[in-house]
Amino acid sequence: MSVKQHAEAAQEFIRDEARTDWHDETLWFVRHKRDKAVNTLPEWEILRDWASRIKNHTLSNLDYYLRNFEEKAASNGIIVHWASDTEDHNRIIHKIIADNKIDKIVKSKSMLTEECHLNEYLQNKGIQILDTDLGEYIVQLRKESPSHIVLPAIHLKRQDVSETFHEHLNTEKGNYDPQYLAGSARHHLRERFIESDLAITGVNFAIAESGSFVVCTNEGNADMGVHSAGIHIACMGIEKLIPKTEHLGVFLRLLARSATGQPITTYSSHFNKPRPWQQMHVVIVDNGRSRQLGRADFRNSLKCIRCAACFNTCPVYRRSGGHSYHSTVAGPIGSILNPNLDMEANSDLPFASTLCGSCSNVCPVKIDIHEQLWKWRQVIVANGYVDKGKKAGMQGMAWVLSNPQVYRMAGKIGRWIMRTFPFMLNNRLNVWYKQREMPRAPEKSFRDWFKENK
Amino acid sequence: MNARETILKTVAMNKPELTELPDMDLSLTIQYPDLIQQFIGIMEAAGGKAYYENSRQDLLNDIAEVKAEGKFMINLLEDSNAEEWASLTASELEALDTCYLRAELGVAENGAMWISEKQMSNRLLPFICQHLVIVLDPGDVVNNMHEAYRQIDATAEGFGVFIAGPSKTADIEQNLVIGAHGARSLRVYLL
Repeated sequence: MSVKQHAEAAQEFIRDEARTDWHDETLWFVRHKRDKAVNTLPEWEILRDWASRIKNHTLSNLDYYLRNFEEKAASNGIIVHWASDTEDHNRIIHKIIADNKIDKIVKSKSMLTEECHLNEYLQNKGIQILDTDLGEYIVQLRKESPSHIVLPAIHLKRQDVSETFHEHLNTEKGNYDPQYLAGSARHHLRERFIESDLAITGVNFAIAESGSFVVCTNEGNADMGVHSAGIHIACMGIEKLIPKTEHLGVFLRLLARSATGQPITTYSSHFNKPRPWQQMHVVIVDNGRSRQLGRADFRNSLKCIRCAACFNTCPVYRRSGGHSYHSTVAGPIGSILNPNLDMEANSDLPFASTLCGSCSNVCPVKIDIHEQLWKWRQVIVANGYVDKGKKAGMQGMAWVLSNPQVYRMAGKIGRWIMRTFPFMLNNRLNVWYKQREMPRAPEKSFRDWFKENK
Repeated sequence: MNARETILKTVAMNKPELTELPDMDLSLTIQYPDLIQQFIGIMEAAGGKAYYENSRQDLLNDIAEVKAEGKFMINLLEDSNAEEWASLTASELEALDTCYLRAELGVAENGAMWISEKQMSNRLLPFICQHLVIVLDPGDVVNNMHEAYRQIDATAEGFGVFIAGPSKTADIEQNLVIGAHGARSLRVYLL
């Protein structure tokens, strides 16, 4: 397998300690902003409960809502397409581009098109797409992938951005001012918006009863693209549906507060009908979601609204970086979504967690993320997708832990070795010694202490 | 079987047992003692600037100043040429400096304002202008998003948007930069 496993990739990420600390602290700062925003609403837990139940209901009647959405959207003049997998999705979009002889395309943030590797697919056909979200624009210029679904360039420092812009936009070398850098991108991208013929966006929420959809951005890039271009293509997973417009009240209150600590994104755009001279397409994508719907233990991962609160709170994500998850959606939610897409390739991800449960606590739609991580581990082991070393270790551990006498003996030996021959543990062969000190071994076990002191 | 049928069939087969929608008691949602104060505070925290006390005169001065500078402006507050703006393309609007328009409603909890397609006349206007000026009737400020959706008809027209501040980004090291791709500033006149 050519893709590095999470632990291996994370090892590279943390080599630069100062940078790792910065990454950790920056994301914790975002998490802190989320807490402040959440605490302004006494009804926060009620909103989470409503959101969770609305999504549960939608999933329990999803075929009805999909048909409902399709019918209403079509009657509003929107052309609806269906894609079973990434190949379907990419082919549909390519056909629209080819049929209309388009060559200037802008795209706002859509994790689904990342999941489908749309840019690469079109590039192989000689078609260039320009990502217009500033973070995505930066990583696209660097030929990288987003490391975070809301903050795509969070793994980069201003110096990195400055160098990239100097190379591609001819900005001043050594000018690290974010205002200057963002301003240069604005200037450059304005021209591209104005000349674009086709704009691709994601979908935050699709409303079944009206056949309309909502796109949220802070930068205004989605709107600049779609209102300039003659063709708008919006791509959505089947799980983006909500039944009614009034439900937007719940989700728009939760989304930005959970994501960045803002009370709402700058723009929440509601698309109902194309302009008279405009084509509007919606591509509805399955790509494994209907299969996930059938996995009782994992189906409620489909409630996700992609706020990334679970990323920002996760001690493993913050200290290992998004790229170590080798997937479009990283973090805790990615670790429960990706094994459904390819269990073998993503068998390492559910283990990239301490199971501390913080992800589940911040989730605005109450997905039991840490429980699903634990359940995926069992499914992955049962399917034989763990390496032999880990399997043997776990079996050995299980044997020791289920035999009290063996356990006590092992404890005694362990403590004796730690005290008498510390070098046997404090060496490079012991993975627990890496970047850590071993603890001081106590004189006796808790059991012995308790017997004496009870 | 085509993709549509396959997807719908698999979803129907795999979906869990039907659960009910929650009965949402909106009396449990936040109400503010002073709607206007809350609205102004949160809107300005998002980078906007509010005018309330002398808003009528301030707005006249605002328009006069922009006019005097000779920049390209579109004033939809008093303009009878709304039809004419509707058909302008992005390249024709590229140089637009300031756009004045009226919002239908404001939301105290987050400073967002609802602008329907009719009010913006051309979907590009609130985004492509360098500076956006919104006029809002203080009587049209509601507590929260639930009340907002009760009051507006979000699907009555082809397009509509909640705008809460000037465009912004924090994609470079989480540093807030006002003026990403949409308007670089937002002034709101409550009158």
